Amino acid sequence: MSGFSAFRLLREALRGQSGWGPQWRSPEQPQPAYDVVIIGGGGHGLATAYYLAKEHRVGRIAVLEKGWIGGGNTGRNTTIIRSNYLFPESAALYDHAVQLWEGLSQELNYNVMFSPRGVLMLAHNVHDEQSFRRHVHANRLAGVDNEWLDAEACRAFCPPLDIAQQRYPVLGGALQRRGGVARHDAVAWGYARAASALGVDIIQNCEVTGISRGADGAVNSLATTKGEIRVGKVGVVAAGSTSLVMAMAGVRMPLESFPLQALVSEPVKPVFPCVVMSNTVHAYISQSDKGELVIGAGTDQYPSYSQAGGVQILSHTLEAICELFPMFRRMRMLRSWGGIVDTTSDRSPIIGLTPVPGLFVNCGWGTGGFKATPGSGHVFAATIARAEPHPIAAPFSLDRFATGRLIDEAAAAAVAH
Amino acid sequence: MTRLATGGRIDRTRPLRFSFDGRAYTGFAGDTLASALLANGVHLVGRSFKYHRPRGILSAGVEEPNALVEIDRGAGRREPNARATVVPLVEGLVARSQNRWPSLRFDLAAVNGLASAVLGAGFYYKTFLGPGRDAWHKRWEPMIRRMAGLGRAPEAPDPDRYGNRYAHAEVLVVGAGPAGIRAALEAAATGARVVLCDEQAELGGSLLAEPSAWPQLAADLAKLRANPRVTLLPRTTAFSYGLQNFVALAQVVEATGGLRERLWQVRAGRVVLATGALERPIPFSGNDRPGVMLADAARHYVQRWGVLPGRNVTALVAHDTGYSAAFALQDAGAAVAAVLEMRATAPAALLAEATRRGIRVLANHGVSATRGGQRITGLLAAPRGADGTPDAARATPIACDLLLLAGGWTPSVHLFSQARGKLRWDAALDAFLPDEVREAVTCVGACAGEGLAPGLPVTQLAAGSATAHKAFVDQQNDVTTRDIALAVREGFRSIEHVKRYTTNGMATDQGKTSNMLGLAVVAGQLGRSVPEVGLTTFRAPYTPTSFGSFAGRHRGMLFDPVRTAPLHDWAMQQGAVFEPVGQWQRARYFPRTGEDMHAAVARECLAVRNAVGIFDASTLGKIEVVGPDAAVFLERCYVNAWRKLGVGRCRYGLLLREDGFIYDDGVVGRIAEDRCHVTTTTGGAARVLHMLEDYRQTEFPDLRVWLTSTTEHWGVIALQGPRARDVLAPLVEGLDWRDFPHMAVAECRVAGIAARLFRVSFSGELGFEVNVPASQAPAVWQALLQAGAAHGITPYGTEAMHVLRAEKGFIIVGQETDGTVTPEDAGLAWLIGKAKPDFIGKRSLSRPEMLRADRRQLVGLVPRDRSALPDEGAQLISSADARVAEGHVTSAYRSATLGHPVALGLLAAGRARLGDTVFATRLDGPPMALEVVSPVFVDPKGERLRG
Amino acid sequence: MVLIHCPWCGDRAELEFRHCGEAHLVRPADPAALDDAQWAEYLAFRDNPRGWARERWRHVHGCGRFFNALRHTLTDRFAATYKPGEAWPEPPA
Repeated sequence: MSGFSAFRLLREALRGQSGWGPQWRSPEQPQPAYDVVIIGGGGHGLATAYYLAKEHRVGRIAVLEKGWIGGGNTGRNTTIIRSNYLFPESAALYDHAVQLWEGLSQELNYNVMFSPRGVLMLAHNVHDEQSFRRHVHANRLAGVDNEWLDAEACRAFCPPLDIAQQRYPVLGGALQRRGGVARHDAVAWGYARAASALGVDIIQNCEVTGISRGADGAVNSLATTKGEIRVGKVGVVAAGSTSLVMAMAGVRMPLESFPLQALVSEPVKPVFPCVVMSNTVHAYISQSDKGELVIGAGTDQYPSYSQAGGVQILSHTLEAICELFPMFRRMRMLRSWGGIVDTTSDRSPIIGLTPVPGLFVNCGWGTGGFKATPGSGHVFAATIARAEPHPIAAPFSLDRFATGRLIDEAAAAAVAH
Repeated sequence: MTRLATGGRIDRTRPLRFSFDGRAYTGFAGDTLASALLANGVHLVGRSFKYHRPRGILSAGVEEPNALVEIDRGAGRREPNARATVVPLVEGLVARSQNRWPSLRFDLAAVNGLASAVLGAGFYYKTFLGPGRDAWHKRWEPMIRRMAGLGRAPEAPDPDRYGNRYAHAEVLVVGAGPAGIRAALEAAATGARVVLCDEQAELGGSLLAEPSAWPQLAADLAKLRANPRVTLLPRTTAFSYGLQNFVALAQVVEATGGLRERLWQVRAGRVVLATGALERPIPFSGNDRPGVMLADAARHYVQRWGVLPGRNVTALVAHDTGYSAAFALQDAGAAVAAVLEMRATAPAALLAEATRRGIRVLANHGVSATRGGQRITGLLAAPRGADGTPDAARATPIACDLLLLAGGWTPSVHLFSQARGKLRWDAALDAFLPDEVREAVTCVGACAGEGLAPGLPVTQLAAGSATAHKAFVDQQNDVTTRDIALAVREGFRSIEHVKRYTTNGMATDQGKTSNMLGLAVVAGQLGRSVPEVGLTTFRAPYTPTSFGSFAGRHRGMLFDPVRTAPLHDWAMQQGAVFEPVGQWQRARYFPRTGEDMHAAVARECLAVRNAVGIFDASTLGKIEVVGPDAAVFLERCYVNAWRKLGVGRCRYGLLLREDGFIYDDGVVGRIAEDRCHVTTTTGGAARVLHMLEDYRQTEFPDLRVWLTSTTEHWGVIALQGPRARDVLAPLVEGLDWRDFPHMAVAECRVAGIAARLFRVSFSGELGFEVNVPASQAPAVWQALLQAGAAHGITPYGTEAMHVLRAEKGFIIVGQETDGTVTPEDAGLAWLIGKAKPDFIGKRSLSRPEMLRADRRQLVGLVPRDRSALPDEGAQLISSADARVAEGHVTSAYRSATLGHPVALGLLAAGRARLGDTVFATRLDGPPMALEVVSPVFVDPKGERLRG
Repeated sequence: MVLIHCPWCGDRAELEFRHCGEAHLVRPADPAALDDAQWAEYLAFRDNPRGWARERWRHVHGCGRFFNALRHTLTDRFAATYKPGEAWPEPPA
């Protein structure tokens, strides 16, 4: 892997940028056998492969991607990063990720444009205020930054915000200054490039069609559209498609897959300095470095794999944006898109072992997966390598649905991820 | 002036004044801003995104990537990134160029262009990595952000209105060009209800550039206009195509002082897509200079607007239609220096016509470079080598002020694709065409490939361009052929990857002019065909659509419906302060002159404790449960035992989810053997009814029971306090007070109105809730106020209600509970009907996690320092320096009754820790010491409410 | 915005309906007889198919009735809606 730097870029400028080779190796055909195969070439899967190679020295690793890497939810989200979750288990997981985000560009030698410009969550009623202040208390005790702002301070932090809207005036907000956004595609590409440099095979356009188990019950090979692959361990990181992949191993999952839509406006000069989320009016917004307003909301109401959604969902989101920011009513929607997010009943992810030896799963991130990418990959890699849950991942086990040890952020706070 | 003396569809009797970058110009009614600028000889209109290169007007339609301007109609009406090619000229229009400083002609940031060798595709991923971990955010990003973006967002709230309309059509025709008008006429002839929309201000599409077709066009439109079953919608863009022919249209209305835009949502029996085709630009060095224009666009400027966009014309053609454009410009008075025919030979007939006209045709030629700064002045015409590269060594200079590009045609299949139609690659036509689709949709005209002749294949159009210098594919985003080649070289092979890495096709024209060229360049680099490389998916919107048109009238108080209780108006008159609770507005407290919330609430609380308070509890959810199995049904749902609840008695009920956590609570009164009056929390009313209906209809269909929401039927007036009975009794008729203990219910008359009277208390005092029909509630309220005047009756709001119940240790679902609290946790396990084999959530209560000894339990908390109020949400820790939370404060109030603050909280194994000291975190100081106590602060034995 | 056929009311806009999860999950007659894993299976584990799905809907802003539907989760098309207790329609070929 040739290093990325300003110096190299300038040197390449003298010869028409002709010295750059492929950022990652993408063999057309997989090897016949791997120690670990990751199913799913999104950010989480690529990060898992990277940390398996880097920190656990696993020899032969492949990432199988049915389409093109980063083409799923990694490239279809609104790039918000924060860790101010209520429960200590969640805050630990997401803050682990934020700490990795803070040095990720240097770690990967790839500018993922992590921009900790602050995430402000608005309170519009007394219940919101109680809930968010509880978050602030819990986070600060756990060493996670989060602070309470009154309404005027919210406006000062985000000047376009109308705090005195008629219907749902802003009472205040919880601000996590370390939160922010990053360049979503770059995360997948950066991990792919770094993993590839460590010997990981990234096989695109390779769909898994079957999972076989040996006499001992352990997973031993995969059928794919590019032939059979013998495997030691398998990590499934397939987001919306997790249920389908796990069904190949005979494992039923506590998941439902929903469309999640988002949109951007035409690009304009800097006008929006931070990230604002409002759960009461259902919308969140930031401005990309390119200048587009990036806008999202909750999932569609019924499960689907179609990556398409109705205008009414976008309308509902834009009503909320126009209410919070009346100056944006003349802005125009440029693109909309949909992802497919896998959600659990307690709206927290599943990271860990499965009933099938050698088969590991990392899923259920719902609408909140992007922010966790580095942390998720990091703890999942450790979980696969040691065949036991990383301490941060341990609470997110599959068996919590039987024991009742749920981590119900949604019920506890009614906060969108 | 380049306006022709005659011709065009403009109204020369109606001159319009406008300004661009502060200079005054004149155009005519019927002009677009672009045609008016061209008529005034203005070609330089904007600057590109990255290199700030001077850009002109490439097209005459929605696909315009370059001519983006700011339209300023005053505060809040400033509109960035408007395409000059689709902005109709109006009197006084103020337009400005964008993304330049200090001026359009002299833009300092054009220095970026000099650094283009460095700033290639994805350069920002490879640098800005230091110094330090936060270098990107602190140092580089602010710089990049300032450089990026195009126009300026509006800075004041938009004062205009936006509308919304639903419509049904038997036939919806999208596009009013020749094919669309024919389809509309045919449909109208069958008597169908027809909607015909077109994005342009004037219907006619390509016919508008065919003067000979105008009489027929006028006749056809008149015929359609005269038909009452036909709706014609100009300036209306079909931008989204949903399942079952549900098509969204954005209409620009711009009525003076009225509506700006309207969103139509049309359900159509059949959709006819007549969306036409877009002309392809051609990639070569310097193909972006002002004065380089799509050939057919130039023809439109001449024929439709009577504007000659150049006097000295050269045409680069890969398709026959380029000749018609060149001939039209010649006919209008321009000199055509040459036609550069990219194909090996020019079509014989066209060659003959060109020869007849004295136009030189150079076959197998391309352009190796262009000349000029802010307007093209000339080009180098070069023979194409074997691989398509123009051979610069053999190039001939040609002077020109307008270069026409005729790269062939791309059918507009966007909406067809949104309809989830499959596309097929038509090799002969060299285009993606509509194929299979499930929707009832027909494609006609150019978008279906009809009437299109093949030209030079797009891969050959792009052949050899990958090494050219500054050959732009996406002109707005400054993506060159070299950028795309670099992306492919770096391993980005999927077209989606190339698009994201280079940003090709992600500009405000949404790739209308760049996607096909980008595909062709990638195909060339990979040695594959265009269909093998694939196509990115099309999603709404077809063209950028304003947020306002989506939001429509859902703004201000109409953003979300407001629900008000029957005594709302009275509370308003009293100067109550309100709080939103879900969609409801509830009176929070009733301040008297000089009182703040704390003082008002203290007064209201003391009135309830010492005399009597009156409270509007109408927002409580109410469900009438009727039928022989009413009690059995509740028995299966709620945790409590109901069957033994006697008629005329009520009980506090608790409802769980199947996962064992508290979902809702409320009092249930048994009105008759077969009739229960169930109350729910204010916020829970709808979801509880939904849940109960679910079980009734799908799990317990054997039960004879029916549910009806009566939330808005009953107005509920709570009277609480030791004098409550004294106030109420004189107004009650038909009640046996001797048999009306705490937790009784009776039907009687109150102030002459039929009522359901509950004896219940949410304050710990003697209490009643008077349920009367909501319309009668204000009258009964007044009667009670009058009767209570002598007893010191005091209206109180939700805040005092919260304090009073907290003093009594009563939970509020959603405050003491949060979806993780079981009955045992809340100290409510005593409610559970022990003999019941099952109820919703019972099984979950025996899961291991629910049996842990260290679960968080409801406790009372009193600050050791009696003047301090703990923060709601504060974390509970066992010592002042502990870092592990053992619970949190759920409620905290100053208690006027007790003279010190009281709080409720959930604390690990809390009920075993009474008397212990715990600490509550603070945001502005060290943790606060609290004593753990019973959650019942007032009247633990419950004597007052039985009084 | 799709039209959904309520078995009682006919075609109505999607906005009038609420999706209510996988269909034909029967609440166990005797939950106490199940072990924790079996109970969790009922509570949380779902087929989540890509393709034809049987699911429950409620015409919540209409007649209020629950019904079942056969819907394709990749195309979002409804093949059939049917009343509770009625036989399952087979997916179209």
